Amino acid sequence: MSSEQDAESIRCLVAKVGLDGHDRGAHVIARAFRDAGFEVIYSGLHKSPDEIVQAAVQEDVDVLGISILSGAHDTLVPKIMNGLEEYGAKDDTLVLAGGVIPDEDREGLLDDGVAAIFGPGTSIEETIDFVRENAPQR
Amino acid sequence: MDSDDESLLESLLSGEHRALARVISKIENRSPGYRDLVSQLYAHTGNADVIGITGSPGAGKSTLVDKLAEAYRDRGETVGIIAIDPSSPFTGGAVLGDRIRMASTVGDMDVFVRSMSARGTLGGLSTATADAVKAMDAFGKDKIIVETVGAGQNEIDIVRTADSVAVLVPPGSGDDIQTLKAGILEIADIFVVNKADRDGADRTVQELREMVHIGEESGIGGGHHGVDTGLDGSDAVEDDAAGSDEGWTPPIVETVATKGTGVEAFIDELTTHRAYLVDSGARAEKVRTRYAEEIRTLLREDVHTMLEDELAESGGIDDLAEAVRQGETDPYSIATDVLAPVEACLENVETDASEDTDTE
Repeated sequence: MSSEQDAESIRCLVAKVGLDGHDRGAHVIARAFRDAGFEVIYSGLHKSPDEIVQAAVQEDVDVLGISILSGAHDTLVPKIMNGLEEYGAKDDTLVLAGGVIPDEDREGLLDDGVAAIFGPGTSIEETIDFVRENAPQR
Repeated sequence: MDSDDESLLESLLSGEHRALARVISKIENRSPGYRDLVSQLYAHTGNADVIGITGSPGAGKSTLVDKLAEAYRDRGETVGIIAIDPSSPFTGGAVLGDRIRMASTVGDMDVFVRSMSARGTLGGLSTATADAVKAMDAFGKDKIIVETVGAGQNEIDIVRTADSVAVLVPPGSGDDIQTLKAGILEIADIFVVNKADRDGADRTVQELREMVHIGEESGIGGGHHGVDTGLDGSDAVEDDAAGSDEGWTPPIVETVATKGTGVEAFIDELTTHRAYLVDSGARAEKVRTRYAEEIRTLLREDVHTMLEDELAESGGIDDLAEAVRQGETDPYSIATDVLAPVEACLENVETDASEDTDTE
């Protein structure tokens, strides 16, 4: 049924977690996702892992994109993943990380359940394609 | 209803936040089976106060909603918030930004904020919103706040899902002729002049007061909810309530949402309005009108979907549009042709129905 298909939309939470006060990149992503036809919820700056989990659960997002520039990803991302698990939301949420994340930290994040890491220089198209291909089917 | 949906419903009723979130998604997506799910919700609804908040972009709605939620939480009540933002007519995409301004209650899961975009058309949003309100009501939220930008008729439909509607009017929002225009101001049960610490606030309050006063004298204008209910009930209460909240004069509250000033006064007015609705019997009528509207919207949507499917099967609307472009036919003739068999069917249904009643 045509109108039912039209009603489906990929929902994303673009999240800024922790202390870094720079969200230009998050805005660019939010805008690009919007133009790709996604529904984007932007968290605003300086959110705690709990707040991000709360938003991700309540908004029932398919995709959670975490942007971190501060270097605190090793402590903050696992907290978010644990929070998602607590609500039974970890398995069917596509979690992406972006920002400044050193190569040596990537494996740890992937082990925690992050699906992909998009560092500086990643093209927007690449990110969008990844979301389209990997957004969970519910 | 399949067993997955049954356990989802059970989880929602037992207070699992993720189940509530998932049910709202199903409602938004029109997922298979969502209708049965919503039907089941009705039996558990009716306990929440539903508050609609609307006003022009930048009027301070989200900030006020945030403070309102905080105040209700302080009183020990649970809150559900549905924040509606527009979606792109081109891509369907949307940035839903109201959550950012709801900072007072983060970390408190008993404030459940859900952002919705205006995806879908033809009453789809108001149906989805009304159904999401049902889900939150059944979940057990005490207060449900529906927030939307007051930009057009669609939004007016949405806030009508509320028992009490507050319209935010920022200072200096136009000359007094604006207050005479039809639309958003007419649906207000309460006016809120937010950003009341700004220049021009007094004047805005004054203009609203005059408008409400004129409305009172002439029986039109402020607070007039003149909806043709299409119901044939004829008790006095209905006549009274169908015309408007006759006997209810929309109060004007001044707030500074960023500081929380005036929020208590606003809550008092909401409480007063609620009591008025119950005491005057207007609430019953309001609820009835709302259900009538829900039924109509559902029927409209269903018929629309059926016709779209029919069109898709017979080659799609593009060919028809092209035929019009080529000058071979026109939209009116097409509509008549497409609907002819439907009309024929309906005539049969009518006969069947009357035969049924005859035999009873």
